[in-house]
Formats: sequence, structure tokens, C-alpha cells
Amino acid sequence: MAAKRAAKKPNVSGEELTQYYRDMLLIRRFEEKAGQLYGMGLIGGFCHLYIGQEAVVVGLEAATEEGDKRITSYRDHGHMLACGMDANGVMAELTGREGGYSKGKGGSMHMFSKEKHFYGGHGIVGAQVPLGAGLAFADKYKDNGRVTFTYFGDGAANQGQVYETFNMAALWDLPVVFVIENNQYAMGTAQARSTSSHDIYKRGEAFGIPGEMVDGMDVLAVKDAGERAIKHCRSGKGPYILEVKTYRYRGHSMSDPAKYRTREEVQKMREERDPIENVRQMLLTGNHASEDDLKAIDKEIKAIVNASADFAKESPLPDEAELWTDIYA
Amino acid sequence: MATEILMPALSPTMEEGTLAKWLVKEGDTVQSGDILAEIETDKATMEFEAVDEGVIGKILVAEGTEGVAVNTAIAILAEDGEDVSTLEAATAPAEAAAPADDALEANSAAPATVAAPEVPAPDLSPDWPEGTPMKSQTVREALRDAMAEEMCADGDVYLMGEEVAEYQGAYKVSQGLLDEFGSKRVIDTPITEHGFAGIAVGAAFGGLKPIVEFMTFNFAMQAIDQIINSAAKTLYMSGGQMGAPMVFRGPNGAAARVGAQHSQDYAAWYAQIPGLKVAMPYSASDAKGLLKSAIRDPNPVIFLENEIIYGRSFDVPDIEDFTIPFGKARIWREGSDVTIVSFGIGMQYALEAAEKLAEDGISAEVIDLRTLRPIDYDTVIASVMKTNRCVTVEEGWPVGSIGNHLSATIMQRAFDFLDAPVINCTGKDVPMPYAANLEKLALTTTDEVIAAVKQVTYR
Repeated sequence: MAAKRAAKKPNVSGEELTQYYRDMLLIRRFEEKAGQLYGMGLIGGFCHLYIGQEAVVVGLEAATEEGDKRITSYRDHGHMLACGMDANGVMAELTGREGGYSKGKGGSMHMFSKEKHFYGGHGIVGAQVPLGAGLAFADKYKDNGRVTFTYFGDGAANQGQVYETFNMAALWDLPVVFVIENNQYAMGTAQARSTSSHDIYKRGEAFGIPGEMVDGMDVLAVKDAGERAIKHCRSGKGPYILEVKTYRYRGHSMSDPAKYRTREEVQKMREERDPIENVRQMLLTGNHASEDDLKAIDKEIKAIVNASADFAKESPLPDEAELWTDIYA
Repeated sequence: MATEILMPALSPTMEEGTLAKWLVKEGDTVQSGDILAEIETDKATMEFEAVDEGVIGKILVAEGTEGVAVNTAIAILAEDGEDVSTLEAATAPAEAAAPADDALEANSAAPATVAAPEVPAPDLSPDWPEGTPMKSQTVREALRDAMAEEMCADGDVYLMGEEVAEYQGAYKVSQGLLDEFGSKRVIDTPITEHGFAGIAVGAAFGGLKPIVEFMTFNFAMQAIDQIINSAAKTLYMSGGQMGAPMVFRGPNGAAARVGAQHSQDYAAWYAQIPGLKVAMPYSASDAKGLLKSAIRDPNPVIFLENEIIYGRSFDVPDIEDFTIPFGKARIWREGSDVTIVSFGIGMQYALEAAEKLAEDGISAEVIDLRTLRPIDYDTVIASVMKTNRCVTVEEGWPVGSIGNHLSATIMQRAFDFLDAPVINCTGKDVPMPYAANLEKLALTTTDEVIAAVKQVTYR
């Protein structure tokens, strides 16, 4: 990967590293549990797991301030956990229960939290891109100094509305960071088979939007880039593009036979580039944590995730009267 | 503790599958992510990965077994060091598919019921008090005033669209607004409907109250995903946490001689969408009163105007803060022999027909629906119960039209009151032709409405 890496000896505290480790591990364990519940038939429909991509949201969230907004696609569980949404509420939404963030009416792809400034959870590829620019439009209109992170994939980067949005975001200097989570496969189509140019971050050049490529398996590199992007936006210079190279270990959704890539490719990525293992090694070699410390964290995370699964199983189905609520304000 | 490995559901619809191949054997240690088996569904062969780490204690379903139901225990996973020889599968299959069954029952539980006909009591209160001073205004001016008044009242309301600012509006509806409110609130967009509609929906999520002008609704087809999937559904999908308080407005329907791609009535399309409200005014007073209500409404509103009636003048009440509520039809003309229901430019044909029918001694009651979501069914039903006959008039295509929907509702709520089948006068089932004579034939006409009324009154 030709992406920028963080400095060899990063200026980062053990505390910070431990937080990243914890946040990424929560996403991974949560997603594994979601996969398990899907297999048991407790989660239905489409379920897109974030396993492998954890460093992207954890790194970028570390760069945000209270009040900044985020919006993403249907692969959204990681974003919700990273911005502080409650694992119980997310898991219960996956099982379609009353205790879910959308009272069971949204599902895996459609969750929101006004409190955490998380604006979904969108099921139509690319549709969240103008929506995210619109959130930034509202912030600029109100002149409140906030920035919106608009996440989309390498697949969505080929949607026409993305470029309509780039044009207007640049034209109106909207404070929006476009985060292209390039996991290298648009569902089952490799980037080289779907995308005419290799460097998606350069696609903003035509609109005057600066962009950079980031190593999405390195949480510190992601955080650095996020800070640069957010500084650019907050200073009124308009939008910024981060193409974050990452990798999804699991299928596009649960019903993905994974015939478009080799198992060796996935295995190699897991073994050599895993973002969590990467931080784990930094914690150990930097003497920030012992094996026992990390085991304790693992145990703590497992307890949170198991509790969320229990909550999601025990939370009742939504009342039938909910069918008719929330259609009109 | 040992855990059961269950036959997984690998797609939203899978109920059973073939356990094609085991890739582990009893005694193997597995890590999370290791492939355990290959499973064939009706769609594909999938690899099945371990979720937990442990030792394969016992394989319960041999490879090659077909028709293995989802959630059947297929193997037992022991923790490291656990004695696997005593492990047995629990006999009861896990009860996991229950939520789906419940959901199906809920779906089929409520067939449409036929209620005994009840005479509704529609809201017949006047739109403005008697004696209110009136002024003559064009529909265009009324729409402009509605926007200006609401923008004065609420700083979160802004207007965006193609040519709304410096050009003063492609149809001059936004004339003067740029001067009055400045370029922050009256914004020219590039010609990029999908993109700017999405940006406006996002701005509404973010707390603003956008008015989006489409130069015509024909171009809104580029943006219809954002209108329906993002604006209309988010309140529901978010469990009531956030929605899109905004208005999408612009001319709708056929103009004159602009051909198939620029001549289409979207009334029935948008009226179908739960989460949207839809207005389609005819008069200037309704245009003003409904647009002001639309801008204040916390939901996304589709506001369908018409180029041909922009320049037409009507009396508009000269009072401050005049609004018309959604879901309240207007009876333009009372009558006893037939009910003519229309909306938007269809009202022109309905009113002309009623005038001519009166000369022939047929008394037509003419109802303007004004809003198509919600629809004021009560006013229509009460009228049909009085006249026993109904003709609907609209410019859109016949299949799945508003008239079709009204016919079905009248049949359900007033079947015994009908002395004749309801007739729907609609545009013809063809793309709009350019040639003047063909275009005339493609639209519905006053003469067709008169003929339909004569048919239902057996004259």
C-alpha cells in the first residue's frame, strides 16, 4: 500500500492507544456477535459487517469535536459504536426489537442518533453523500463551526450524485470531509474492474477539493489525516477528501459467497495488516500495557457485547401499534 | 463450557441447506474466522466461519447431508481442555425464527374490512371569515408572497433551485426574493437536481427548512430517490428521531407544446408515498394559503404548481397570515345531480363543464381536493351520498390515477348510494405528442367531462 503511514515513533500516549484498542475491539467483537446472531436467524435481511475496517472510524472519530456530524452508508455499525452510541440499542435494532435505536423500524441499515449527531445509516449507495453535504450546508448557514464526516465506499464513488455534490460543496465551501472508505471491493467487483482511475482521492482535483490517501489499517495515520481534514474544513476552506485504504474481511453482506477474491488474500491481510493487532503490538512493545492488561480489556469488551446480545434477544418486538407511528411529525 | 454450532442462515430467505463439506474434523482447534464447513444454499455455496474459538468436540451432521434446517445443531464446540467424549447435542432446536413468524402473522392479520356506510361530517367551515377584504392576485404573485412572508417569519427557511435568484425564477415565481433576502437565503444551484435535492434534504436533517424549486417536476425524476428514500422515509426509519421539514415545489403537468419529456402530471406518483404530503392548488388563494402551511409543516411536502395557471388571477383574502389547512377540500359550487371531483388545472375543466351543464339543467357539485395527501375523503363521500353520481377529472394518466383511488374509496364507503359507475376523466394513456391537434387529444377536456356527466346521469 502506497498510503501515508504514521511516523515510526508516533507521539501518542499509552492512554490514547489503549482507547483506540478498546474502541476497535468493541466494533470487532460486536460485529462477530452480529454475524453469529444472523446465523441464528435473530437478525434478518441484510447485515453488512465492518470487520477489518475498524481503524477508519476509530481514527477519524478521535479527530472530531463535540457537535461534529457523521453520516454513512448501510455498513454502519462501526460508525455508531465509534461515535458513542450504545451497543445495546444498536444490537436491538439489528434484531428488530423495541429497544433498538429506531424502535426496530429501521434495521441494520437505518439507524440514527440525534444526540450523537449520527445521521444514518443509508441504504441507497451514494445517497448519503449529498445528504452529508446538506448537513454541512446547514452548519455553514448557522455559522456554528461544525464539520460533517460523510463516509462512502469505493463503490459509491462511482455514483453520479457524488460528483454533483463535490461540485456544490466546493462552490459553496461547505465544511464537509468526504471519507472514501476504499475496502477495494464494490460488493464483489474489485476496484480495478469498476473504477477507471486508481486514485479515487484525486477525483476532487477537478473541483478544487484537496485529497489524500491514507492507510486505513493504521489508526494513527487515520487520526492524523482526520485532523488535517477537519482543520481545513473548520477554517472555512471548504471540503476535503480522504481516501482511506482499508479491507473488509467478511463478505459484502452475510449472503456473500466470496468467490471474487482468494482466501489467501484475506488471510494475508488479517495476518500482516490487522489494525487491532497493530495497536496491540504497539501497546506491548511500548510497555504501555501487559498481556494481562489487554486480556482484561478483552474480557470487558466481551461482556459489553454479550450484554448487548442478551438485551437484543430479550427486548420485546415492537408493539403492533408502532406500524402506524412516525410516518408524520 | 461447550457450545453448539448451529446451521447458519446465510441469506435473508434461507430456511435449509446442504452441509456440503466439513473442513474441520473432531479434535481440531479452531480460531474465530476459520472456515468450518461449506454450505450450499439454493443460490450459492458459502463458506461458514467459526465465531468462537475452541475445539471441535463432535460433528453431529455428516457432510453431504441435504435439507439441514437452519438452527439445527451441526457440531459441538468445546473449550480448550474440555472432555469432548461426553458431549451430546441438546435435543430441542433453538427457537430462533420466531420473530419472522410473528411478523408474517401481523401482516396477514388485518384484511380490509367493509364498514357499513356512514354519512361523514366533513369540515365545511369557510376558508376566511365573511366580509374579509379581497384583492386580485395571480397565482404567481400569491406563491411569491407566501414564500416571502414565511421567510420573514422564520430565518431557517431558505429557497434553492435553478435560476431562483439572479434570473428571478425561470417562471418568475421567486421575483424579488433575492433583493429582499440576499444570496444566503435565495440560492442559485447548478443544474443538478439529484445533488441539490439531496443537499436540501441533508440541510433539513440539520435543522433548516428548505424550499426546493424544481424548474419543473419533470426534472425532479432525477431527484426522486432523495425525495422518497431520504426525505419521506427517514422519520419512520429513525423511529421518530429526525425527519425532513421541507417543501419541493415547481410547475407540474403539461405546459403547451413542449413534448413528452416536459409534460407529465406527478400527482398520483407522489400521492402514493407515506411520509410525504402533497398539495396541488388551483386558485391563487389556495396557492398562497397552502404554500404557507407547507413551509410550516414539519414533514416533506410536494407542492405541485402549473405553468398554465401561474398568470391567472383570483381573489385572495387581504389578511395577514392567511393559511389553508391540508386535508380540507373546497366546494366551489354546490349541486344536486352529480359530484365532479378534481384538483389543480383539472378544476378548469370541472368548473367549465359545470357551467355548461347548468344550462342543460344538470346541477353539478364541484369539489377541489386541493391536497392529495392527505385527501379529504369525507367531503367527497358526503357529496356523493347526496348526488349519487361522481365524475373525477385530472390531467395525469389513467392507470393508477387519483380518480381510480377515489372510485375505489367511493365504492367501499358509499356503494349503496351510487346510481351509476364512477367515471374517471384523465389524460390519455400516451406520451404527450408535440403536434397541436394531437396534444389537444391527449389531454382531458371540458367536453369529455360533460359527456361523462351525461353518461352517469343517463341523459
